[in-house]
Amino acid sequence: MNLLEIENVSKTFGGLIAVRNVTVYVERGEILGLIGPNGAGKTTLFNLISGATLPDSGSIFFEGKNVEAMADYQISQRGISRTYQIVKPFNNLTVLENVLVGAFNKIDSRKLAKEVSLDLLDFVGLYGKRDHTANRLTLAEKKSLELARALATQPKLILLDEVMAGLNPKEQTAAINLILEMNRKGMTLLVIEHKMKIIMSISKRIIVLHYGEKIAEGPPEEISRHPKVIEAYLGGKDAVA
Amino acid sequence: MMSKQVKKLSYGLVFVATACFLFWGPHLLSSYLLHVVILILFFSFLGSAWNVVSGYAGQFSFGHSAFFGVGAYLSSLLYVKSGISPWIGMLVGAVFAAGLGGFIGYLTFRYKLKGAFFALSTFAFSEMLRIIALNWSITGKAMGILIPLKEGGSFQAFQFIDKLSYYYIILLMVLCVLSVSYGLDHSKLGYYFKAIREDEEAAGSLGINILKYKTIALAISAFFTALGGTFYAQYMFYIDPDIAFGTNVTIEMILRTMLGGVGTVFGPLIGSAVLESMAEVIRSFLGEYKGVSLMLYAAMLIFVMIFFPHGLMGLVRRRPKEAADPIKR
Repeated sequence: MNLLEIENVSKTFGGLIAVRNVTVYVERGEILGLIGPNGAGKTTLFNLISGATLPDSGSIFFEGKNVEAMADYQISQRGISRTYQIVKPFNNLTVLENVLVGAFNKIDSRKLAKEVSLDLLDFVGLYGKRDHTANRLTLAEKKSLELARALATQPKLILLDEVMAGLNPKEQTAAINLILEMNRKGMTLLVIEHKMKIIMSISKRIIVLHYGEKIAEGPPEEISRHPKVIEAYLGGKDAVA
Repeated sequence: MMSKQVKKLSYGLVFVATACFLFWGPHLLSSYLLHVVILILFFSFLGSAWNVVSGYAGQFSFGHSAFFGVGAYLSSLLYVKSGISPWIGMLVGAVFAAGLGGFIGYLTFRYKLKGAFFALSTFAFSEMLRIIALNWSITGKAMGILIPLKEGGSFQAFQFIDKLSYYYIILLMVLCVLSVSYGLDHSKLGYYFKAIREDEEAAGSLGINILKYKTIALAISAFFTALGGTFYAQYMFYIDPDIAFGTNVTIEMILRTMLGGVGTVFGPLIGSAVLESMAEVIRSFLGEYKGVSLMLYAAMLIFVMIFFPHGLMGLVRRRPKEAADPIKR
Protein backbone atom coordinates (compact mmCIF):
# COMPACT_ATOMS: atom_id res chain seq x y z
CA MET A 1 0.00 0.00 0.00
CA ASN A 2 1.31 3.43 -0.91
CA LEU A 3 1.36 6.18 1.67
CA LEU A 4 -0.70 8.53 -0.49
CA GLU A 5 -2.86 7.69 -3.48
CA ILE A 6 -4.58 10.33 -5.55
CA GLU A 7 -7.09 8.95 -8.05
CA ASN A 8 -8.62 10.92 -10.91
CA VAL A 9 -8.83 14.13 -8.93
CA SER A 10 -10.24 17.24 -10.61
CA LYS A 11 -10.77 20.80 -9.46
CA THR A 12 -12.14 23.76 -11.36
CA PHE A 13 -12.36 27.38 -10.30
CA GLY A 14 -15.18 28.96 -12.27
CA GLY A 15 -14.31 28.20 -15.87
CA LEU A 16 -10.67 27.41 -15.15
CA ILE A 17 -9.71 23.76 -14.85
CA ALA A 18 -6.89 23.85 -12.31
CA VAL A 19 -6.44 20.10 -11.94
CA ARG A 20 -7.88 17.57 -14.41
CA ASN A 21 -8.11 13.84 -13.72
CA VAL A 22 -4.77 13.62 -11.99
CA THR A 23 -3.63 10.29 -10.59
CA VAL A 24 -0.52 10.25 -8.43
CA TYR A 25 0.85 7.93 -5.78
CA VAL A 26 3.53 8.57 -3.19
CA GLU A 27 5.55 5.68 -1.82
CA ARG A 28 6.61 5.52 1.79
CA GLY A 29 10.06 6.98 2.32
CA GLU A 30 10.56 8.59 -1.09
CA ILE A 31 11.13 12.13 -2.26
CA LEU A 32 8.66 12.68 -5.06
CA GLY A 33 9.21 15.74 -7.23
CA LEU A 34 6.31 17.72 -8.63
CA ILE A 35 7.18 20.13 -11.44
CA GLY A 36 5.43 22.09 -14.12
CA PRO A 37 5.31 25.59 -15.61
CA ASN A 38 3.49 28.44 -13.86
CA GLY A 39 -0.21 27.76 -13.46
CA ALA A 40 0.17 24.03 -14.00
CA GLY A 41 -1.89 23.24 -10.91
CA LYS A 42 0.88 22.20 -8.55
CA THR A 43 -0.20 24.32 -5.61
CA THR A 44 -3.85 23.46 -6.23
CA LEU A 45 -2.92 19.79 -5.98
CA PHE A 46 -1.22 20.57 -2.66
CA ASN A 47 -4.32 22.38 -1.45
CA LEU A 48 -6.43 19.35 -2.37
CA ILE A 49 -4.15 16.95 -0.52
CA SER A 50 -3.89 19.13 2.59
CA GLY A 51 -7.62 19.80 2.73
CA ALA A 52 -7.38 23.53 2.13
CA THR A 53 -9.76 23.05 -0.82
CA LEU A 54 -12.10 20.17 -1.64
CA PRO A 55 -11.87 18.34 -4.98
CA ASP A 56 -14.82 18.37 -7.41
CA SER A 57 -14.32 14.71 -8.16
CA GLY A 58 -11.90 11.86 -7.56
CA SER A 59 -10.55 10.38 -4.36
CA ILE A 60 -7.50 10.74 -2.16
CA PHE A 61 -6.33 7.93 0.10
CA PHE A 62 -3.85 8.44 2.91
CA GLU A 63 -2.63 5.22 4.53
CA GLY A 64 -5.56 3.50 2.83
CA LYS A 65 -8.15 5.88 4.33
CA ASN A 66 -10.38 8.20 2.32
CA VAL A 67 -9.37 11.76 3.15
CA GLU A 68 -10.57 13.92 0.25
CA ALA A 69 -13.60 15.23 2.14
CA MET A 70 -11.72 16.00 5.36
CA ALA A 71 -10.96 19.47 6.69
CA ASP A 72 -7.40 20.74 6.81
CA TYR A 73 -6.98 20.24 10.56
CA GLN A 74 -8.17 16.63 10.37
CA ILE A 75 -5.69 15.85 7.62
CA SER A 76 -2.92 17.49 9.60
CA GLN A 77 -3.84 15.40 12.63
CA ARG A 78 -3.65 12.29 10.45
CA GLY A 79 -0.11 13.11 9.46
CA ILE A 80 0.16 15.37 6.42
CA SER A 81 1.88 18.68 6.92
CA ARG A 82 2.86 21.42 4.51
CA THR A 83 4.73 24.63 3.88
CA TYR A 84 3.52 27.52 1.75
CA GLN A 85 4.92 28.98 -1.45
CA ILE A 86 4.08 32.41 -0.06
CA VAL A 87 5.22 32.02 3.52
CA LYS A 88 2.64 32.24 6.30
CA PRO A 89 4.49 32.56 9.58
CA PHE A 90 2.66 33.70 12.73
CA ASN A 91 4.30 37.11 12.48
CA ASN A 92 3.74 38.43 15.99
CA LEU A 93 4.74 35.24 17.73
CA THR A 94 8.35 34.36 18.43
CA VAL A 95 10.17 31.79 16.35
CA LEU A 96 9.94 29.29 19.18
CA GLU A 97 6.20 29.94 19.67
CA ASN A 98 5.60 29.38 15.95
CA VAL A 99 7.06 25.90 16.20
CA LEU A 100 5.32 25.27 19.55
CA VAL A 101 1.94 25.69 17.87
CA GLY A 102 2.87 22.91 15.47
CA ALA A 103 4.20 20.70 18.25
CA PHE A 104 0.92 20.96 20.16
CA ASN A 105 -0.65 18.91 17.35
CA LYS A 106 0.60 15.71 18.97
CA ILE A 107 1.90 16.89 22.36
CA ASP A 108 -0.23 18.47 25.10
CA SER A 109 2.50 19.17 27.64
CA ARG A 110 4.09 22.56 27.11
CA LYS A 111 7.43 21.44 28.52
CA LEU A 112 7.69 18.50 26.16
CA ALA A 113 6.46 20.53 23.20
CA LYS A 114 9.12 23.13 23.93
CA GLU A 115 11.88 20.53 23.98
CA VAL A 116 10.75 19.11 20.64
CA SER A 117 10.49 22.60 19.18
CA LEU A 118 13.98 23.60 20.31
CA ASP A 119 15.40 20.44 18.77
CA LEU A 120 13.71 21.25 15.49
CA LEU A 121 14.93 24.85 15.56
CA ASP A 122 18.40 23.50 16.08
CA PHE A 123 17.87 21.18 13.11
CA VAL A 124 16.86 23.99 10.74
CA GLY A 125 19.45 26.40 12.15
CA LEU A 126 17.17 28.90 13.86
CA TYR A 127 17.98 28.05 17.47
CA GLY A 128 19.87 31.31 17.92
CA LYS A 129 16.85 33.33 16.83
CA ARG A 130 14.26 31.47 18.87
CA ASP A 131 13.17 34.58 20.80
CA HIS A 132 12.84 36.85 17.77
CA THR A 133 9.38 37.60 16.50
CA ALA A 134 8.87 35.86 13.16
CA ASN A 135 8.35 39.08 11.20
CA ARG A 136 12.01 39.99 11.76
CA LEU A 137 13.35 36.94 9.92
CA THR A 138 14.72 36.93 6.37
CA LEU A 139 12.81 35.06 3.68
CA ALA A 140 15.18 32.09 3.89
CA GLU A 141 14.73 32.00 7.66
CA LYS A 142 10.97 32.21 7.34
CA LYS A 143 11.03 29.22 4.99
CA SER A 144 13.16 27.29 7.46
CA LEU A 145 10.74 28.28 10.20
CA GLU A 146 7.80 26.91 8.21
CA LEU A 147 9.73 23.70 7.72
CA ALA A 148 10.37 23.37 11.46
CA ARG A 149 6.74 24.21 12.22
CA ALA A 150 5.49 21.60 9.75
CA LEU A 151 7.89 18.99 11.13
CA ALA A 152 6.73 19.77 14.67
CA THR A 153 3.31 18.30 13.91
CA GLN A 154 5.13 14.96 13.52
CA PRO A 155 3.85 14.24 10.02
CA LYS A 156 4.24 11.07 8.01
CA LEU A 157 4.17 13.01 4.77
CA ILE A 158 5.35 16.55 4.27
CA LEU A 159 4.44 18.76 1.32
CA LEU A 160 7.05 21.37 0.42
CA ASP A 161 5.84 24.17 -1.85
CA GLU A 162 8.86 25.82 -3.48
CA VAL A 163 11.05 26.09 -0.42
CA MET A 164 14.00 27.11 -2.61
CA ALA A 165 12.32 30.02 -4.39
CA GLY A 166 13.91 33.31 -3.49
CA LEU A 167 16.90 31.76 -1.76
CA ASN A 168 20.51 32.45 -2.75
CA PRO A 169 22.72 29.51 -3.83
CA LYS A 170 24.21 29.08 -0.38
CA GLU A 171 20.80 29.01 1.28
CA GLN A 172 19.59 26.61 -1.42
CA THR A 173 22.37 24.16 -0.63
CA ALA A 174 21.45 24.34 3.05
CA ALA A 175 17.79 23.68 2.20
CA ILE A 176 18.68 20.73 -0.03
CA ASN A 177 20.76 19.24 2.75
CA LEU A 178 17.85 19.66 5.17
CA ILE A 179 15.49 17.88 2.78
CA LEU A 180 17.91 15.01 2.25
CA GLU A 181 18.53 14.76 5.99
CA MET A 182 14.80 14.63 6.70
CA ASN A 183 14.43 11.88 4.11
CA ARG A 184 17.32 9.94 5.63
CA LYS A 185 15.46 10.01 8.94
CA GLY A 186 12.54 8.31 7.22
CA MET A 187 10.33 11.24 6.18
CA THR A 188 8.31 10.98 2.98
CA LEU A 189 8.33 14.19 0.97
CA LEU A 190 6.34 15.57 -1.91
CA VAL A 191 8.28 18.52 -3.27
CA ILE A 192 7.18 21.25 -5.65
CA GLU A 193 10.18 22.89 -7.18
CA HIS A 194 10.70 25.29 -10.02
CA LYS A 195 14.37 24.71 -10.54
CA MET A 196 14.77 21.54 -12.62
CA LYS A 197 18.38 21.06 -11.64
CA ILE A 198 17.59 20.94 -7.95
CA ILE A 199 14.59 18.65 -8.18
CA MET A 200 16.49 16.25 -10.45
CA SER A 201 19.28 15.98 -7.93
CA ILE A 202 17.10 15.13 -4.93
CA SER A 203 14.25 12.97 -6.20
CA LYS A 204 14.30 9.58 -7.87
CA ARG A 205 10.86 10.05 -9.35
CA ILE A 206 9.21 13.12 -10.83
CA ILE A 207 5.66 14.02 -11.84
CA VAL A 208 5.09 16.73 -14.44
CA LEU A 209 1.88 18.76 -14.51
CA HIS A 210 0.86 21.02 -17.39
CA TYR A 211 -2.42 22.93 -17.59
CA GLY A 212 -3.77 20.79 -14.78
CA GLU A 213 -2.95 17.49 -16.38
CA LYS A 214 -0.25 14.96 -15.64
CA ILE A 215 1.86 14.77 -18.79
CA ALA A 216 4.79 12.69 -17.59
CA GLU A 217 6.04 10.58 -14.72
CA GLY A 218 9.32 8.81 -14.17
CA PRO A 219 12.96 9.05 -13.13
CA PRO A 220 14.75 12.40 -13.71
CA GLU A 221 16.77 11.26 -16.76
CA GLU A 222 13.61 10.14 -18.52
CA ILE A 223 11.74 13.32 -17.61
CA SER A 224 14.45 15.60 -18.94
CA ARG A 225 14.29 13.86 -22.35
CA HIS A 226 10.51 13.52 -22.44
CA PRO A 227 9.21 15.34 -25.56
CA LYS A 228 5.99 16.53 -23.88
CA VAL A 229 7.98 18.01 -20.99
CA ILE A 230 10.36 19.81 -23.30
CA GLU A 231 7.40 21.15 -25.22
CA ALA A 232 5.65 22.32 -22.05
CA TYR A 233 8.69 24.14 -20.76
CA LEU A 234 9.90 25.58 -24.05
CA GLY A 235 6.47 26.26 -25.53
CA GLY A 236 6.57 23.74 -28.39
CA LYS A 237 8.65 23.61 -31.55
CA ASP A 238 7.10 26.68 -33.07
CA ALA A 239 7.89 28.81 -30.11
CA VAL A 240 11.59 27.95 -30.09
CA ALA A 241 13.13 30.82 -31.94
CA MET B 1 24.92 39.81 39.76
CA MET B 2 22.24 38.73 42.17
CA SER B 3 22.32 35.18 43.36
CA LYS B 4 19.23 33.09 42.75
CA GLN B 5 18.21 33.10 46.41
CA VAL B 6 18.46 36.86 46.71
CA LYS B 7 16.39 37.19 43.58
CA LYS B 8 13.77 34.81 44.91
CA LEU B 9 13.71 36.65 48.23
CA SER B 10 13.26 40.02 46.54
CA TYR B 11 10.44 38.67 44.39
CA GLY B 12 8.83 37.33 47.55
CA LEU B 13 9.16 40.70 49.27
CA VAL B 14 7.65 42.52 46.31
CA PHE B 15 4.80 40.04 46.31
CA VAL B 16 4.10 40.44 50.03
CA ALA B 17 4.35 44.23 49.78
CA THR B 18 1.93 44.28 46.84
CA ALA B 19 -0.50 42.01 48.65
CA CYS B 20 -0.39 44.19 51.79
CA PHE B 21 -0.86 47.30 49.70
CA LEU B 22 -3.82 45.85 47.84
CA PHE B 23 -5.35 44.65 51.10
CA TRP B 24 -4.82 47.62 53.41
CA GLY B 25 -4.20 50.46 50.98
CA PRO B 26 -7.87 51.10 50.20
CA HIS B 27 -8.61 51.65 53.91
CA LEU B 28 -6.81 54.97 53.57
CA LEU B 29 -8.81 56.12 50.56
CA SER B 30 -11.77 58.44 50.66
CA SER B 31 -15.09 57.05 49.51
CA TYR B 32 -14.74 58.95 46.22
CA LEU B 33 -11.25 57.63 45.49
CA LEU B 34 -12.30 54.13 46.43
CA HIS B 35 -15.13 54.41 43.92
CA VAL B 36 -12.62 55.41 41.24
CA VAL B 37 -10.41 52.45 42.11
CA ILE B 38 -13.40 50.11 41.96
CA LEU B 39 -14.31 51.46 38.52
CA ILE B 40 -10.73 50.99 37.33
CA LEU B 41 -10.78 47.37 38.47
CA PHE B 42 -14.28 46.79 37.16
CA PHE B 43 -13.53 48.02 33.64
CA SER B 44 -10.18 46.26 33.57
CA PHE B 45 -12.02 43.06 34.45
CA LEU B 46 -14.40 43.57 31.53
CA GLY B 47 -11.51 44.54 29.27
CA SER B 48 -9.64 41.35 30.15
CA ALA B 49 -12.74 39.32 29.40
CA TRP B 50 -13.17 41.01 26.01
CA ASN B 51 -9.46 40.53 25.39
CA VAL B 52 -9.79 36.73 25.39
CA VAL B 53 -11.69 36.56 22.13
CA SER B 54 -10.73 39.90 20.59
CA GLY B 55 -7.11 40.17 21.71
CA TYR B 56 -5.88 36.60 21.92
CA ALA B 57 -8.05 34.93 19.29
CA GLY B 58 -8.18 38.10 17.17
CA GLN B 59 -11.96 38.09 16.62
CA PHE B 60 -12.95 41.68 17.26
CA SER B 61 -16.29 41.77 19.07
CA PHE B 62 -18.40 44.91 19.16
CA GLY B 63 -21.28 43.29 21.00
CA HIS B 64 -19.93 42.25 24.35
CA SER B 65 -22.66 44.20 26.11
CA ALA B 66 -24.86 41.25 25.11
CA PHE B 67 -23.03 39.06 27.63
CA PHE B 68 -22.67 41.87 30.15
CA GLY B 69 -26.42 42.47 30.01
CA VAL B 70 -27.26 38.78 30.25
CA GLY B 71 -25.21 38.57 33.45
CA ALA B 72 -26.74 41.73 34.90
CA TYR B 73 -30.34 40.89 34.00
CA LEU B 74 -30.30 37.19 34.87
CA SER B 75 -28.90 37.58 38.38
CA SER B 76 -31.13 40.59 39.06
CA LEU B 77 -34.28 38.88 37.78
CA LEU B 78 -33.56 35.71 39.73
CA TYR B 79 -33.11 37.79 42.88
CA VAL B 80 -36.07 40.13 42.40
CA LYS B 81 -38.56 37.53 41.15
CA SER B 82 -37.59 34.41 43.11
CA GLY B 83 -35.25 35.62 45.84
CA ILE B 84 -32.32 33.57 44.57
CA SER B 85 -29.02 34.93 45.85
CA PRO B 86 -27.19 37.04 43.26
CA TRP B 87 -24.09 34.95 43.95
CA ILE B 88 -25.88 31.98 42.44
CA GLY B 89 -27.46 34.24 39.82
CA MET B 90 -23.97 35.43 38.92
CA LEU B 91 -22.89 31.90 38.09
CA VAL B 92 -26.13 31.10 36.28
CA GLY B 93 -25.76 34.25 34.22
CA ALA B 94 -22.16 33.45 33.37
CA VAL B 95 -22.97 29.91 32.27
CA PHE B 96 -25.92 31.16 30.25
CA ALA B 97 -23.76 33.86 28.64
CA ALA B 98 -21.10 31.27 27.81
CA GLY B 99 -23.80 29.22 26.09
CA LEU B 100 -24.97 32.29 24.22
CA GLY B 101 -21.36 33.08 23.26
CA GLY B 102 -20.92 29.54 21.99
CA PHE B 103 -24.14 29.86 19.98
CA ILE B 104 -23.22 33.22 18.45
CA GLY B 105 -19.69 31.97 17.83
CA TYR B 106 -20.82 28.80 16.11
CA LEU B 107 -23.28 30.70 13.91
CA THR B 108 -20.87 33.41 12.83
CA PHE B 109 -17.63 31.44 12.63
CA ARG B 110 -19.25 28.58 10.75
CA TYR B 111 -19.93 31.01 7.93
CA LYS B 112 -16.43 32.37 8.29
CA LEU B 113 -17.49 35.88 9.27
CA LYS B 114 -14.41 37.95 9.96
CA GLY B 115 -13.31 41.44 10.86
CA ALA B 116 -16.01 44.06 10.46
CA PHE B 117 -18.61 41.45 9.55
CA PHE B 118 -18.07 39.52 12.75
CA ALA B 119 -18.03 42.75 14.77
CA LEU B 120 -21.34 43.83 13.22
CA SER B 121 -22.92 40.43 13.88
CA THR B 122 -22.03 40.58 17.55
CA PHE B 123 -23.37 44.14 17.64
CA ALA B 124 -26.61 42.92 16.08
CA PHE B 125 -27.02 40.32 18.82
CA SER B 126 -26.48 42.88 21.58
CA GLU B 127 -29.01 45.20 19.94
CA MET B 128 -31.50 42.35 19.65
CA LEU B 129 -31.19 41.68 23.36
CA ARG B 130 -31.49 45.40 24.14
CA ILE B 131 -34.72 45.61 22.20
CA ILE B 132 -36.09 42.48 23.86
CA ALA B 133 -35.27 43.91 27.30
CA LEU B 134 -36.87 47.20 26.26
CA ASN B 135 -40.18 45.57 25.29
CA TRP B 136 -40.59 42.60 27.58
CA SER B 137 -42.67 43.10 30.71
CA ILE B 138 -40.63 40.56 32.69
CA THR B 139 -37.44 42.59 32.22
CA GLY B 140 -39.25 45.75 33.27
CA LYS B 141 -39.18 47.38 29.83
CA ALA B 142 -37.53 50.81 29.73
CA MET B 143 -37.88 51.14 33.52
CA GLY B 144 -35.29 48.45 34.00
CA ILE B 145 -34.82 46.69 37.31
CA LEU B 146 -34.35 48.40 40.64
CA ILE B 147 -32.87 46.00 43.13
CA PRO B 148 -34.67 46.27 46.50
CA LEU B 149 -32.22 47.16 49.23
CA LYS B 150 -31.80 45.23 52.44
CA GLU B 151 -31.21 47.31 55.50
CA GLY B 152 -27.68 47.01 56.81
CA GLY B 153 -26.54 45.06 53.77
CA SER B 154 -26.39 41.33 53.40
CA PHE B 155 -23.69 39.03 52.08
CA GLN B 156 -26.26 36.55 50.86
CA ALA B 157 -27.98 39.30 48.84
CA PHE B 158 -24.66 40.64 47.50
CA GLN B 159 -25.37 44.01 49.13
CA PHE B 160 -22.86 45.94 51.18
CA ILE B 161 -22.96 49.29 52.93
CA ASP B 162 -19.23 49.90 52.64
CA LYS B 163 -17.47 50.22 49.33
CA LEU B 164 -14.53 48.27 50.72
CA SER B 165 -16.39 44.98 50.35
CA TYR B 166 -17.05 45.72 46.70
CA TYR B 167 -13.40 46.58 46.32
CA TYR B 168 -12.33 43.18 47.63
CA ILE B 169 -14.83 41.36 45.43
CA ILE B 170 -13.78 43.11 42.23
CA LEU B 171 -10.11 42.76 43.21
CA LEU B 172 -10.61 39.01 43.51
CA MET B 173 -12.40 38.94 40.17
CA VAL B 174 -9.58 40.87 38.50
CA LEU B 175 -6.94 38.58 39.98
CA CYS B 176 -8.96 35.65 38.68
CA VAL B 177 -9.25 36.98 35.12
CA LEU B 178 -5.59 38.00 35.12
CA SER B 179 -4.56 34.45 36.00
CA VAL B 180 -6.76 33.17 33.20
CA SER B 181 -5.06 35.61 30.80
CA TYR B 182 -1.65 34.59 32.10
CA GLY B 183 -2.61 30.94 31.66
CA LEU B 184 -3.68 31.66 28.09
CA ASP B 185 -0.33 33.30 27.44
CA HIS B 186 1.42 30.09 28.41
CA SER B 187 -0.81 27.22 27.38
CA LYS B 188 -1.75 25.21 24.32
CA LEU B 189 -5.20 26.81 24.26
CA GLY B 190 -3.74 30.33 24.27
CA TYR B 191 -1.19 29.50 21.58
CA TYR B 192 -3.97 28.08 19.44
CA PHE B 193 -5.96 31.31 19.90
CA LYS B 194 -2.95 33.39 18.90
CA ALA B 195 -2.15 31.17 15.92
CA ILE B 196 -5.70 31.64 14.65
CA ARG B 197 -5.33 35.40 15.08
CA GLU B 198 -2.08 35.45 13.14
CA ASP B 199 -3.00 33.23 10.17
CA GLU B 200 -6.04 30.99 9.97
CA GLU B 201 -4.91 28.98 6.97
CA ALA B 202 -1.56 28.14 8.52
CA ALA B 203 -3.24 27.38 11.85
CA GLY B 204 -5.60 24.94 10.13
CA SER B 205 -2.74 23.20 8.38
CA LEU B 206 -1.13 22.61 11.79
CA GLY B 207 -4.12 20.65 13.05
CA ILE B 208 -6.09 23.45 14.71
CA ASN B 209 -9.87 23.22 14.38
CA ILE B 210 -10.54 26.90 13.73
CA LEU B 211 -14.31 26.82 14.30
CA LYS B 212 -13.97 24.95 17.59
CA TYR B 213 -11.28 27.13 19.10
CA LYS B 214 -12.84 30.43 18.03
CA THR B 215 -16.13 29.32 19.57
CA ILE B 216 -14.37 28.32 22.79
CA ALA B 217 -12.68 31.72 22.91
CA LEU B 218 -15.98 33.54 22.60
CA ALA B 219 -17.63 31.32 25.23
CA ILE B 220 -14.83 31.93 27.77
CA SER B 221 -14.91 35.64 27.04
CA ALA B 222 -18.71 35.75 27.43
CA PHE B 223 -18.55 33.84 30.73
CA PHE B 224 -16.32 36.44 32.39
CA THR B 225 -18.11 39.40 30.84
CA ALA B 226 -21.37 38.21 32.41
CA LEU B 227 -19.74 38.00 35.85
CA GLY B 228 -18.91 41.67 35.42
CA GLY B 229 -22.56 42.34 34.55
CA THR B 230 -23.77 40.92 37.86
CA PHE B 231 -21.14 42.88 39.76
CA TYR B 232 -22.33 46.08 38.12
CA ALA B 233 -25.97 45.39 38.96
CA GLN B 234 -25.12 44.68 42.59
CA TYR B 235 -22.88 47.72 42.88
CA MET B 236 -25.30 50.21 41.34
CA PHE B 237 -28.55 48.42 42.36
CA TYR B 238 -30.09 49.52 39.08
CA ILE B 239 -29.97 48.37 35.46
CA ASP B 240 -31.93 49.30 32.37
CA PRO B 241 -31.73 48.12 28.73
CA ASP B 242 -29.38 50.93 27.65
CA ILE B 243 -26.97 50.47 30.52
CA ALA B 244 -26.89 46.69 30.24
CA PHE B 245 -27.06 46.09 26.51
CA GLY B 246 -26.04 49.49 25.12
CA THR B 247 -22.82 50.31 23.32
CA ASN B 248 -21.30 52.35 26.15
CA VAL B 249 -20.05 49.42 28.14
CA THR B 250 -18.74 47.71 25.00
CA ILE B 251 -16.84 50.83 24.01
CA GLU B 252 -15.33 51.12 27.50
CA MET B 253 -14.03 47.54 27.28
CA ILE B 254 -12.54 48.12 23.85
CA LEU B 255 -11.01 51.55 24.52
CA ARG B 256 -9.31 50.62 27.75
CA THR B 257 -7.92 47.41 26.35
CA MET B 258 -6.67 49.08 23.20
CA LEU B 259 -5.04 51.83 25.20
CA GLY B 260 -3.29 49.34 27.46
CA GLY B 261 -2.43 46.78 24.81
CA VAL B 262 -4.62 44.26 22.98
CA GLY B 263 -3.70 40.63 23.51
CA THR B 264 -1.56 41.26 26.60
CA VAL B 265 -2.16 40.14 30.18
CA PHE B 266 -1.85 43.54 31.87
CA GLY B 267 -2.99 45.75 28.99
CA PRO B 268 -6.63 46.05 30.13
CA LEU B 269 -5.63 46.87 33.72
CA ILE B 270 -3.08 49.51 32.74
CA GLY B 271 -5.35 51.00 30.10
CA SER B 272 -8.23 51.17 32.53
CA ALA B 273 -6.11 52.81 35.23
CA VAL B 274 -4.71 55.44 32.87
CA LEU B 275 -8.01 56.22 31.20
CA GLU B 276 -10.03 56.41 34.41
CA SER B 277 -7.47 58.65 36.15
CA MET B 278 -7.24 60.83 33.07
CA ALA B 279 -11.00 61.17 32.88
CA GLU B 280 -11.32 61.99 36.59
CA VAL B 281 -8.54 64.59 36.55
CA ILE B 282 -9.89 66.32 33.46
CA ARG B 283 -13.39 66.29 34.88
CA SER B 284 -12.37 67.74 38.21
CA PHE B 285 -10.40 70.62 36.62
CA LEU B 286 -12.61 71.36 33.64
CA GLY B 287 -15.93 70.02 34.80
CA GLU B 288 -17.57 73.45 34.75
CA TYR B 289 -16.90 73.93 31.04
CA LYS B 290 -19.33 71.41 29.67
CA GLY B 291 -17.93 69.27 26.86
CA VAL B 292 -14.35 70.52 27.14
CA SER B 293 -13.36 67.55 29.26
CA LEU B 294 -14.77 65.15 26.68
CA MET B 295 -12.92 66.93 23.87
CA LEU B 296 -9.63 66.76 25.74
CA TYR B 297 -10.27 63.14 26.57
CA ALA B 298 -10.86 62.33 22.90
CA ALA B 299 -7.77 64.26 21.81
CA MET B 300 -5.62 62.32 24.25
CA LEU B 301 -7.07 59.04 23.00
CA ILE B 302 -6.28 59.93 19.40
CA PHE B 303 -2.76 60.89 20.42
CA VAL B 304 -2.21 57.54 22.10
CA MET B 305 -3.65 55.58 19.16
CA ILE B 306 -1.36 57.35 16.71
CA PHE B 307 1.85 57.16 18.66
CA PHE B 308 1.39 53.89 20.55
CA PRO B 309 -0.50 51.60 18.17
CA HIS B 310 0.39 48.57 20.31
CA GLY B 311 -0.91 50.27 23.42
CA LEU B 312 1.05 51.22 26.49
CA MET B 313 2.21 47.62 26.92
CA GLY B 314 3.93 47.98 23.55
CA LEU B 315 6.41 50.30 25.25
CA VAL B 316 7.61 47.69 27.70
CA ARG B 317 7.48 44.64 25.47
CA ARG B 318 10.45 42.39 26.01
CA ARG B 319 13.21 42.60 23.47
CA PRO B 320 15.14 39.46 22.56
CA LYS B 321 18.61 39.19 24.02
CA GLU B 322 20.32 38.88 20.70
CA ALA B 323 23.94 39.11 21.75
CA ALA B 324 23.60 36.55 24.51
CA ASP B 325 22.13 33.89 22.25
CA PRO B 326 24.39 31.06 21.20
CA ILE B 327 24.16 30.27 17.50
CA LYS B 328 24.06 26.54 18.10
CA ARG B 329 22.73 24.51 20.96
